[in-house]
Amino acid sequence: MEDPDKKTEVVLLACGSFNPITNMHLRLFELAKDYLHETGKYKVIKGIISPVGDAYKKKGLISANHRVTMAKLATKSSEWVEVDDWESSQSEWLETVKVLRYHHQKLLSPDATYSLQNVVPLTRPGRKRKQEPNRHDPVKKKNQNPDIKSPPQVKLVCGSDLLESFRIPNLWKLEDIIEIVENYGIVCISRAGNNVQKLIYESDILWKHKNNIHLVEEWITNDISSTKIRRALRRGQSIRYLVPDAVQAYIEKNNLYSPESEDMNAEVVLAPLQKNANDSKN
Amino acid sequence: VRMKSRIPLILLACGSFNPITNMHMRLFELARDHLHQTGQYQVTEGIMSPVNDDYGKKGLVSAKHRIAMAKLALETSDWIRVDPWESEQKKWTETVKVLRHHYNESLRLLQSRKEFMKNKQPIERSTEDSLSHQQPVLPELKLLCGADFLQTFKMPNLWKEEHIKEIVERFGLVCISRAGSDPAKYINESDLLMKFQHNIFLVKEWVQNEISATQIRYALRRGLSVKYLIPDSVIAYITHHNIYTEESEQKNEGDLLQPLKLHKTVNPLND
Repeated sequence: MEDPDKKTEVVLLACGSFNPITNMHLRLFELAKDYLHETGKYKVIKGIISPVGDAYKKKGLISANHRVTMAKLATKSSEWVEVDDWESSQSEWLETVKVLRYHHQKLLSPDATYSLQNVVPLTRPGRKRKQEPNRHDPVKKKNQNPDIKSPPQVKLVCGSDLLESFRIPNLWKLEDIIEIVENYGIVCISRAGNNVQKLIYESDILWKHKNNIHLVEEWITNDISSTKIRRALRRGQSIRYLVPDAVQAYIEKNNLYSPESEDMNAEVVLAPLQKNANDSKN
Repeated sequence: VRMKSRIPLILLACGSFNPITNMHMRLFELARDHLHQTGQYQVTEGIMSPVNDDYGKKGLVSAKHRIAMAKLALETSDWIRVDPWESEQKKWTETVKVLRHHYNESLRLLQSRKEFMKNKQPIERSTEDSLSHQQPVLPELKLLCGADFLQTFKMPNLWKEEHIKEIVERFGLVCISRAGSDPAKYINESDLLMKFQHNIFLVKEWVQNEISATQIRYALRRGLSVKYLIPDSVIAYITHHNIYTEESEQKNEGDLLQPLKLHKTVNPLND
């Protein structure tokens, strides 16, 4: 019988535009939580939605204020999923790995305050660490005492599009991908019949850490992408039952999402692409 | 210049709604948008009609619960409502009869409104009524369904041919299809449907949202989350009344669907 105290506590973190948040985003959390609980090894204690900052410069990205507000309205009815605006309140765009580090450190020591300078990796990537096959904890100390639970973890929850995006040149730094799968882990929700397994197979790094990449199949096809929501809104079509009622009401009241809003950042390069191009020049 | 008046239209969806899901409600929204964009119609009402318990489908829970859940789900809708007439009949009722009932009801309502207006003093009439002094446009009632519904027309003994004809000729269909299904093909394969294809509106659903009630029940039995797939109020109701269980799923197990039972007893010589 599983000892409930031995279960590793997990916080699920979702990064993204949430432009706007949809029922599909919210489902990711539910599916991830059910999956992790069914393994018998984890207990999900919290879900965090971290909308990206405006500095990301994605086309059609409306102000973070609105996106955070909508996410908060959407999670009002949830007992465990909440919205965090730390990422969106930074003046610069932040790499996902930094957001993971921030939330992980916050989890370990909730009372300390954090500035950007504090958000350094717990273990320096590239350093060889002894890794037992079924251990997931990123902390250096080995857990000798069986009565002490293994430390809580933060895992990235996402759709297969995020894993697919690892391949886009200059979008991710290799060392960041390594740190994410090595130190934190991913819970990836994808449609039945997807090619995520193939993706992992075709990447040495992902393959190496496949035990830390949890693949969850979503049997109920739920393709409610924010892009489609924005398109429907521009065309005066209903988005009811695709997003929470409160989000739909907010969008309508504030008249968000128009052909003009979709044109925002149209000529601008996406922040990570810009940054990685600059870094490689230096 | 007088604007061409749109034909008022009522959408009727028949089904188990076991339980109602966000997808069921999406069907109405999609249908309404589509019909409005044709410029010809003004959708005035959406009616959800849960099937009678006598239908005998496996896993069908009591209509009392299915109606209650639909009511909760539709609380926030200002144009869709659930109607218990079909579920309150003594026996299972053919779809065409449900259509006839609701159509007659809409005529009755129209008639009683006309009577009411006639009796009002001229001063009391609002400016809107000056238009309705002209011939009021008779409402149309159309059956709202998914593409798989069209396919069922082919199933032996499930439908009476004359009913299919009345449904497509007299009323009409608004058929929402998902990517991968091809309703035009089913229409093409049926002479009857081809004849009345002008009365069959095909709406493509681009946002795939295939929340099947069967899968919802499956998830519920296994203690998995269905949040954001069906309204919170419906989840609370299901939990409170412990509606969907292993036992509830076994209800009507092995039984024939009522329409199949009925049509089997029809004398084959009459076909």
